[in-house]
Amino acid sequence: MKFLSLFFWLICAACEFSATGRAYGHGFAGARFFPATLSTDDPFVANELSLPTVSSIVTPDGGGTRDTEISSDIALRITPKWDIEFGETFITLNPSQGKAVNGFDNLSIASKYEFFENDEHEAVVSLGLGVDVGGTGSKELGADTFSTWTPGIFFGKGFGDLPTELRFLKPFALTGQVGIAIPTSASTRSFTVNDRTGEGEVEIERHPDTLELGFALEYSLIYLQSQVQDIHLPAPIDRLIPLVEFPLEIPLNRGARGETTGTINPGIIWSGKYFQVGAEAVIPINSRTENDVGFIAQLHFYLDDLFPHSLGRPLFGGNK
Amino acid sequence: MKRIVIGFFLILLIESARLEAHAFLQRAEPSVGSTVQTSPSEVRIRFTENIEAAFSSIQVFDASGKEVDKRDVHLDRSDSALLHVSLPRLGAGTYKVVWRVVSVDTHVTNGDFTFRVAR
Repeated sequence: MKFLSLFFWLICAACEFSATGRAYGHGFAGARFFPATLSTDDPFVANELSLPTVSSIVTPDGGGTRDTEISSDIALRITPKWDIEFGETFITLNPSQGKAVNGFDNLSIASKYEFFENDEHEAVVSLGLGVDVGGTGSKELGADTFSTWTPGIFFGKGFGDLPTELRFLKPFALTGQVGIAIPTSASTRSFTVNDRTGEGEVEIERHPDTLELGFALEYSLIYLQSQVQDIHLPAPIDRLIPLVEFPLEIPLNRGARGETTGTINPGIIWSGKYFQVGAEAVIPINSRTENDVGFIAQLHFYLDDLFPHSLGRPLFGGNK
Repeated sequence: MKRIVIGFFLILLIESARLEAHAFLQRAEPSVGSTVQTSPSEVRIRFTENIEAAFSSIQVFDASGKEVDKRDVHLDRSDSALLHVSLPRLGAGTYKVVWRVVSVDTHVTNGDFTFRVAR
């Protein structure tokens, strides 16, 4: 956390007094504005801050444990097409029986490069690499002592190029991610004492490589009003983007192959000039994932709109 | 974390005097996707932010793709977020309006929409 704090202040100091120049937007492809999604990553390289993202759900662990998480993520562009992202999460685990534990999860660091954009077809594709840095989180919480690397590809596609006959489908857009989470340790061993026999036992926890999939299907009322048909929606409805997200995790090996977990997250985002707010229900796809319906909510700032002359600019190469 | 949050909101306060954002279409005349009974004399688009007129444009095309506006895009005298372009008398048909604007903080946005003249 000290590193995150120091980095934040260095960036603030460097950018606040830097020269002014041309600023570029995030989440745009042609006429399409893509909001930041809550449960899956979007393909855009941007200056943005999620503070906070709050989620709560009951997991199957220990006969039912309420997992409440408060996280913050910041993304800053190094160049107009390349960014670096930092994320930290405070977790409270409250089991149905026993004492609650809380603490910080491992620090996550990621970087993304947007290598394809087609404005006419409202399409964007990015490559990214993320790492959960092992050993930086709370031991009481059981944060991994090893790192996990996740290379991935991210995409976004608006349907604004549909024919006029299908014009009311034009506000739809799809974003998604495909990545493989690769732990740097295949398994961890822990020693426990058997309550009945009093003998020591070795437990081996395997850590499989995991295919991470995420999709978000959204319908932009902003796009409907400004590109297709002005149906005179009043504020704040005219800035709403209903969406449904599908984050999925599919273990690939080490005895866990096929034990898919995931959720279906219907929700809504309101996008303003400088920030957006969003909320989604989190509906598990199977009992392996969770026991109950949870929620996720987020306040998300567009740093390039808030600070177009400082924190919102790329550090280098102000031209797109 | 507390320091980061306080710092962020302090900077937000300092910067608030010069806040601008991406310019979205707020409303248009003729309105997006509408049908008008007679030829409009101009297209007017009001954006959510003030516009740099020198770097902004509105073009109007007929169904064959020919530009039909009078190429005289200008800001409204009393409203820096309102852009006009004049039109000749248009015949019945569907017209496409293509806009690209630069807001005063240099964010670029663009879009297009159609309207129909009934007669």
